[in-house]
Amino acid sequence: MISSADETLPPAEALKGPTDNAASSRKKSNSAARLPTRESAAAARRRDRILTMIVPLCVIIALIALWQILVTVNDIPHYILPGPGLVVKSLISDWHVLLPALWVTTKITLASLALALIGGGGVAILLVQSRWIETALYPITVILQVTPIIAIAPLILIYAPSTQAALLICAFVVAFFPILSNMVQGLKSVDHNLLNLFELYGASRWQTLIYLKLPASLPYFMTGLRIGGGLALIAAVVAEFAAGSAGAGSGLAFRLLESQFRLNISRLFAALFLLASLGVLIFALTSFISWWTLHRWHESSLKREN
Amino acid sequence: MVIAEQGRTETRTPSARSLKASRPLVAMDNVSKVFSNGTLALSRMSMTVRQGEFVSLLGPSGCGKSTALRIIAGLGGISEGEIDWPIFRINSSGLPDGDISFVFQEPTLMPWQTVFGNVYLPLRLKGLSRKAASDRITTALESVGLEDFANAYPRELSGGMKMRVSIARALVTEPRLLLMDEPFAALDEITRQKLNDDVLALWKATGITVIFVTHSVYESAYLANRIVVMKARPGRVHSDFPLRTSLERDARYRTSEEYRLACAEVSAMLSEAMGGQEH
Repeated sequence: MISSADETLPPAEALKGPTDNAASSRKKSNSAARLPTRESAAAARRRDRILTMIVPLCVIIALIALWQILVTVNDIPHYILPGPGLVVKSLISDWHVLLPALWVTTKITLASLALALIGGGGVAILLVQSRWIETALYPITVILQVTPIIAIAPLILIYAPSTQAALLICAFVVAFFPILSNMVQGLKSVDHNLLNLFELYGASRWQTLIYLKLPASLPYFMTGLRIGGGLALIAAVVAEFAAGSAGAGSGLAFRLLESQFRLNISRLFAALFLLASLGVLIFALTSFISWWTLHRWHESSLKREN
Repeated sequence: MVIAEQGRTETRTPSARSLKASRPLVAMDNVSKVFSNGTLALSRMSMTVRQGEFVSLLGPSGCGKSTALRIIAGLGGISEGEIDWPIFRINSSGLPDGDISFVFQEPTLMPWQTVFGNVYLPLRLKGLSRKAASDRITTALESVGLEDFANAYPRELSGGMKMRVSIARALVTEPRLLLMDEPFAALDEITRQKLNDDVLALWKATGITVIFVTHSVYESAYLANRIVVMKARPGRVHSDFPLRTSLERDARYRTSEEYRLACAEVSAMLSEAMGGQEH
C-alpha cells in the first residue's frame, strides 16, 4: 500500500504539468514527491476507512428520508404506514413492553445457539469416529434439517414442557445442522500427512483430536457459527409465530403479531427494528469471534499483501 | 546387502566392508505391498540399512519409493514378507516407537501453531511439558538456523524456511533414523542446494542415518553414499550400490569431475531401470 502511493502520487502531479504554468507545477510536483509518503498513505487509509463507514450510513439516512417524504406527500394514514418519526416515538413510549420481549428473544436465540454449538460439535466428533456411527446417524440429522421447522413447530409445542422450551428446541434444531455439517467437513479435511505424522509419533486418538483435528476444523466451525447464529434468530421468530397466542407474554415476534392484530403498526415497526438490530448484533459478534480466533494464522483472515 | 530381484541387479560392494561393521537399523526381507485397489505397489523388496548410512532411494514416479519409505516408518503395514527394526524400541503394535522421524515433501506444518509449537509437537505427544522441552526445541531450531523465528507462524515464512521447520521438528526427538520423502522437490534450485548442504552437515555432525527419497539424479549423487535405484510397475529394487568419493561434498565437489562421473553413473543406472519398464 505504501509503495503504491509512492509510485502513483508523483505521476499524477506530473500529469498536470503541461496544462498549468510549467514552472509552478514542477515546484508543486517536487514538494508532493518530498511529502513523507508513509503519512500520506496512512491518511489515505484513514480516509478510506471513514468513507466505508459514511457511505452505507448515508444510504440508510437517504432511505429513511425517502420513507418520510413518501408518507408525507401521499398522506398515508399512520395505521397503514407510520413515518420514521412515529416509529421512534413508539420505540421510546413502548420501551417497557419491547425491552422484556427483546430480552426473551435474545435469550432464546443465544441459548439455542449455544446448545447447537455444543450439540453440533459433539455429534460431529462422534460421527467421524467411525463409519458405522456416521452411517447410522447422518440420515436422521438430514431428515431433521430438511423438514421445514414451521411444520414441526406445532408438534414441538404440544410435547415440550413449556412454550419457552418449545421455542428453544425449534431454534436449536435449525441452528444445529449447519454447525454439524461444517464441523464434520472440517474434521474430515485434516491434512493426511499431518495424520501420518501423528501416527508416526504414536499419538493417541485423544491427542490427535485435541492437537490436530479440532484446531484444523476451527475455520469450518466458525463458518457454522456465523450461519447458525443467523438461523437461530430466524428460527426463534418462526417458532414464536407458530406458537401464536400460546406464546403470550413472550418474545419480539409475539409482540409483532400482537401489534398487527391491534393495528398498532408503529409498534410493529419498532419491534421489527429491534429484531433487525439483534440480527446485526449477532452477525457482528459471530464475525468478530471468527476473526479473533483465526486472524493470526488462517488465510481467510489475512489481507493480500500485493 | 544387495538383494537379487527378478530383474537385473547390479552388485558392487567395494565399500560394503566398512558399513558391514555397523549395526543394521532396518531389515526388509521380500516385502510386498498391495494397495486396497489391488495395485501391487511394491514387489519383494529386500534392503538392509545400517547405522550411519546415507541411502538414496532413486527412481521414476510410481516405483514405490515413497511406499517403501512409509513401510520403513511403520506407516500402513505390509502385505507380504518381513520387516524388522533390530535395535529400535518396539511398541505394543510391533512398530518402532520414537527412533524414526519423517520429513514429507510438503512442510506439513500446523498453521495454527508457531514455529516453536510445531517443533514442540513430537515432544508434546510424548507428554513433555513446554518448559521441559524448551531447550531441545531451541537446539533443534538452532541446528536449522531458525532460532530467531520461534514465535513466527508458518504463513510468515518462505518455502525453504518452512522446510527447515519441518526438519527441526524431525530432529527434536533426536532420532536414529531420518526418513525424507522428496523433501526439497518443491523448492527452487538455490534453496534446494542450500538445504542439501545443511542436511549433509547434520548427517556428518550427528551420525544420524538418512534414507532420502528423490527422483533427482544430481541430488542422489551429491548426498548419498549408497544409492538404491528402483523400477516401476511393480515397484521393486533394480540396483543397489555404494557411491564413494575422495572429496568433501561441498560447493567444490559440485563442479568436480568426480561428481560429474558419479552423476553419469547414477544416470545410466536410472535409465537402465526405466528402460526395463517398457519391455
